[in-house]
Amino acid sequence: MILDPKIPEGPLADKWKNHVDHGKLVNPANKRKYEIIIVGSGLAGASAAATLGELGYSVKCFSFHDSPRRAHSIAAQGGINAAKNYQNDGDSVYRLFYDTIKGGDYRSREANVHRLAEVSTNIIDQCVAQGVPFAREYGGTLSNRSFGGAQVSRTFYARGQTGQQLLLGAYSALSRQIGLGTVEMFCNQEMLELVVVNGEAKGIITRNVNTGEIQRHSAHAVVLGTGGYGNVFNLSTYARNSNATAAWRAHRKGATFANPCYTQIHPTCIPVSGDYQSKLTLMSESLRNDGRIWAPEKVGDKRPPNEIPEDERDYYLERKYPSFGNLAPRDISSRAAKEACDEGRGVGETGLGVYLDFSDAIKRLGEDTIRERYGNLFAIYKEITNESAYETPMRIYPAVHYTMGGLWVDYNLMSNLPGLFVMGEANFSDHGANRLGASALMQGLADGYFVLPNTLPHYLADVPREPAPSIDGPEFVAAEGEVMERTGKFLNNNGTKSVKSFHKRLGEIMWNYCGMARTKEGLEKAIELIQQLREEFWRDVRVPGEGKELNQALEQAGRVADFLELGELMCRDALAREESCGGHFRDEHQYPDGEAMRDDEAFAHVAAWEFKGENEVPERHVEPLDYEETKFTTRSYK
Amino acid sequence: MNVKLRVWRQKNNDTEGGFENYEAKDLNPNMSFLEMLDVVNENLTDDGSDPIAFAYDCREGICGTCSCMIDGKPHGPETGVATCQTYMRSFKDGDTITVEPFKAKAFPIVKDLVTDREAFDKIQQAGGFVSVRTGAAPDANAIPIGKDIADLAMDAAACIGCGACVAACKNSSAMLFVSAKAGQLNLLPQGQPEKDTRVLNMVASMDEAGFGNCTNQYECSAACPKLISEEFFSKLNRDYMKASVKTLFKAKAL
Amino acid sequence: MNILHVLFKTSIGKKVAMAVTGFILFGFVIGHLSGNLQIFAHPDKINGYAHLLESLGPALWVIRLFLIVTVVVHIWVAVQLTFENRAARPDGYQKQITLRATLASRYMRWSGFVVLAFIVYHILHFTVRVTHGPGAYPMTVLADGTVVRDVHSMMVLGFQNPLLATCYLISVGLLSWHLRHGLVSMFQSIGLRTRPWSRFLERVSVIFCVLYFLGNALIVVAAMTGQIRIQNPLVAGYACRDACDVCGAINTEAIVENVDVAKDNQS
Repeated sequence: MILDPKIPEGPLADKWKNHVDHGKLVNPANKRKYEIIIVGSGLAGASAAATLGELGYSVKCFSFHDSPRRAHSIAAQGGINAAKNYQNDGDSVYRLFYDTIKGGDYRSREANVHRLAEVSTNIIDQCVAQGVPFAREYGGTLSNRSFGGAQVSRTFYARGQTGQQLLLGAYSALSRQIGLGTVEMFCNQEMLELVVVNGEAKGIITRNVNTGEIQRHSAHAVVLGTGGYGNVFNLSTYARNSNATAAWRAHRKGATFANPCYTQIHPTCIPVSGDYQSKLTLMSESLRNDGRIWAPEKVGDKRPPNEIPEDERDYYLERKYPSFGNLAPRDISSRAAKEACDEGRGVGETGLGVYLDFSDAIKRLGEDTIRERYGNLFAIYKEITNESAYETPMRIYPAVHYTMGGLWVDYNLMSNLPGLFVMGEANFSDHGANRLGASALMQGLADGYFVLPNTLPHYLADVPREPAPSIDGPEFVAAEGEVMERTGKFLNNNGTKSVKSFHKRLGEIMWNYCGMARTKEGLEKAIELIQQLREEFWRDVRVPGEGKELNQALEQAGRVADFLELGELMCRDALAREESCGGHFRDEHQYPDGEAMRDDEAFAHVAAWEFKGENEVPERHVEPLDYEETKFTTRSYK
Repeated sequence: MNVKLRVWRQKNNDTEGGFENYEAKDLNPNMSFLEMLDVVNENLTDDGSDPIAFAYDCREGICGTCSCMIDGKPHGPETGVATCQTYMRSFKDGDTITVEPFKAKAFPIVKDLVTDREAFDKIQQAGGFVSVRTGAAPDANAIPIGKDIADLAMDAAACIGCGACVAACKNSSAMLFVSAKAGQLNLLPQGQPEKDTRVLNMVASMDEAGFGNCTNQYECSAACPKLISEEFFSKLNRDYMKASVKTLFKAKAL
Repeated sequence: MNILHVLFKTSIGKKVAMAVTGFILFGFVIGHLSGNLQIFAHPDKINGYAHLLESLGPALWVIRLFLIVTVVVHIWVAVQLTFENRAARPDGYQKQITLRATLASRYMRWSGFVVLAFIVYHILHFTVRVTHGPGAYPMTVLADGTVVRDVHSMMVLGFQNPLLATCYLISVGLLSWHLRHGLVSMFQSIGLRTRPWSRFLERVSVIFCVLYFLGNALIVVAAMTGQIRIQNPLVAGYACRDACDVCGAINTEAIVENVDVAKDNQS
């Protein structure tokens, strides 16, 4: 299979403009004749649905939530990057482009990233016009903050709720189109299968989660904006219901899955407190500006932190990375925390945690200053752990928080399956092996508002102006049959173990062997364990209740079944990528000082996996990455 | 710790519901309320019974999906949190906890503790937006907005759309939701051109959905996980009457 | 859209209707209290005032009708709102706690009912004058010789009855309580309870309601403790005071005679 990224001709900075200038268009009178299915109503899905509806296409938007506004984009805290240079600190489209390429550890596609940087400024304009209440200066202009991986202040924010506000902005635009009748919204509808007609994506099968009704929907194109797959790990900062089913179903129908092993693990989350845990909560990275990270020097030191004398504390980040210290990048600090815990020096009940200590900062700056800077975060911490970080050090531990991999797409955001488009976190394209802070929101909205509405017509213009395929066609009947069969299997399995117990076990395998540091042996073992677990799942899972009603266990069963396949693919990808880069760290590939060792000769490419059948080994395809503008450099934070 | 639960079970909106008693044992006080329900559900599944359906998603208090009436207060005994941020340490060992769904005519019950809040979406579709074409926006700094106004708009915009306001209100009124949504946009310069139609349409949609009327008791604000202030009512009422009077006299710019 | 539709068919409009009628009625009770407080002056003051109102003729009926319509609208909309609010949650909760709603706000309906009953009785008592038999409604003569209704004596007579006085105190108390929520609500409903003065408004309304209650209670207490006495000899059974030359009579018979003469002159 040849994966053609279809990157337009011309110099990097002109590619997008040329592409838009010369792309095919759909006659305004014909637009409404084209039906477009959009799955997902997060930043990407809602903004794309609103924009395409506004352009005149007949759009159907699907969400498994009860309202489009509940998508997990809503939980992003920090902000959104844009190369506005409102701070006059030397920012530019090029600099945002360069920072993103470098932050992605040279594993992203230059042309896509440059386009992302170009449209970033339009996003801010659009959001402000919609009434998104970004933070402002007293003079009435927009305020910015700085974020990791950049030397300029280019992050726009709305308190600690930027994702919420941007999503509500996109949701308001979507609501307007729903009200106008250009977008038909299907809430409580979970996509369970993709329908491919004559080699092109032409429809989906959904289940109404409230009534259990299975529906067929056809269209001229199908767009997925269904988010990432971090819940493979069970415990993550993802919403409990975030899942990979839509993407995975598309993968099984022929769309290749790119770079599944790239997982971002955030260093400062609140540690797991017990077996019952369902969710990990992120604490903003900004805490590392004033907090000092340490673990006890002695193995198994169970004394309370305040009783451990200064000379028995190991400020390991300051020790290992003297120049960046506690501000070392996400992947590095996450790994260092894991090492300390693996050595048996972890703190807290579970031994999975290290201290983030503010006592020095409080001594130096006073409690009031610290309260002013981090009061809300300390309050969240207190709410969850019932401990005051003013008196005792915070306990933190890394947690899965974003997946850079996803369905492979070309420059037009179309997968190798014609007619199937993928946006936002669900695709693989813009962040390479590691995503910078405040870039996820940027990508979701860029794809939805500006990229897809300009690239989708290129495809549609060549699609005959006939009605979308009939939902009574054999492909639809067959796809519905598959869904019914699977659902029936779950409900009639009469096993003994709950879906949740399998999810938990899968998460443990993934976290132990495909988490922050991966080895060949570990990954091979994980593949074996996952295969066994999958077999056991299908044999012994118990799904109570009925199909024709709200049945949360049934929903979870389908999602976990897909995670059980995707998890294996992640391990395979991690195994095949014999290098360390960004969110993928192989113990075998590191410099003597523990730094990630990239292999640009052999691995400067995208690995896209093709599904070959149930329990078959998937095939790895490669899209080489050419760097015209940027040169490979090694990241160093010493 | 151990607690007893009285949980509202209802197959769907067409059938009668009732309370069932459950026991949750050996709980960690640092568990969230929803994690406690997870444990109860695991046990129910193991026993071959139908687990309790309850709404949840992000479990960090921002998506607004979770919606339990816990011991007579939406989202549980603490102030300014969603159900997912309620922890078992807020209860005493041996407590009996009554768990009900959010109830209102405009929020039909889907199953057990899950209610359908589509009425909120309908209100938003009626006017909760600024009509601006994608790509047609002026430069973001072209419209200066004072920090005080921006902050106030953000206070209103913090709403997570959970429906606790409706659930807490003795009259099932949606005034807090509508006033926050309309208030955010009506405060900002971007929202001015559609100010009048916005309030008229959103209020009409609210009335149509069958919500009750506000009697200015502000239970909504006290139950709101984001503690949105009832001060936005006043603005909504004022904007609404202004818009009505203007429509009455067909007031135009000239 | 027509204004009646807004005021009587929309949720916010109905609240505005409540607020506006409430405001009118609030103005009325304040005016009424100021009128009543004239009882602390010479009887002629309040009797003259009452006579002035009575002699407005058709204008009085316009005012009365206006007030009746206001009361009817206030109650009618309240009833409508109550039914809608009940319908908005057909199945109540098994358990629901109150978070911050004031007692006054929660019992508006009940305080309203009592006040309504009181108003009806009050009208029957003082306007229609059918509740207490002829003896309770004496006449008197003003300094200029006009024969007027002796409102002063009617009030004192009423308040000297402990049962009536207690009912009156309860009703006025509940009315103050009703106003306690109503006043602030009124501003909220018409959109004038804004952040800069909402706390001030809250306090002012409390002070206002307390003063309103005290103003009314003062009259009752004064009447019961004898601070204000009946000064109409016809009623009291003795001449008002020595050397009074208003009607030139110093005994009861003479007064009766004078009143009769005055009546004849009028007719």
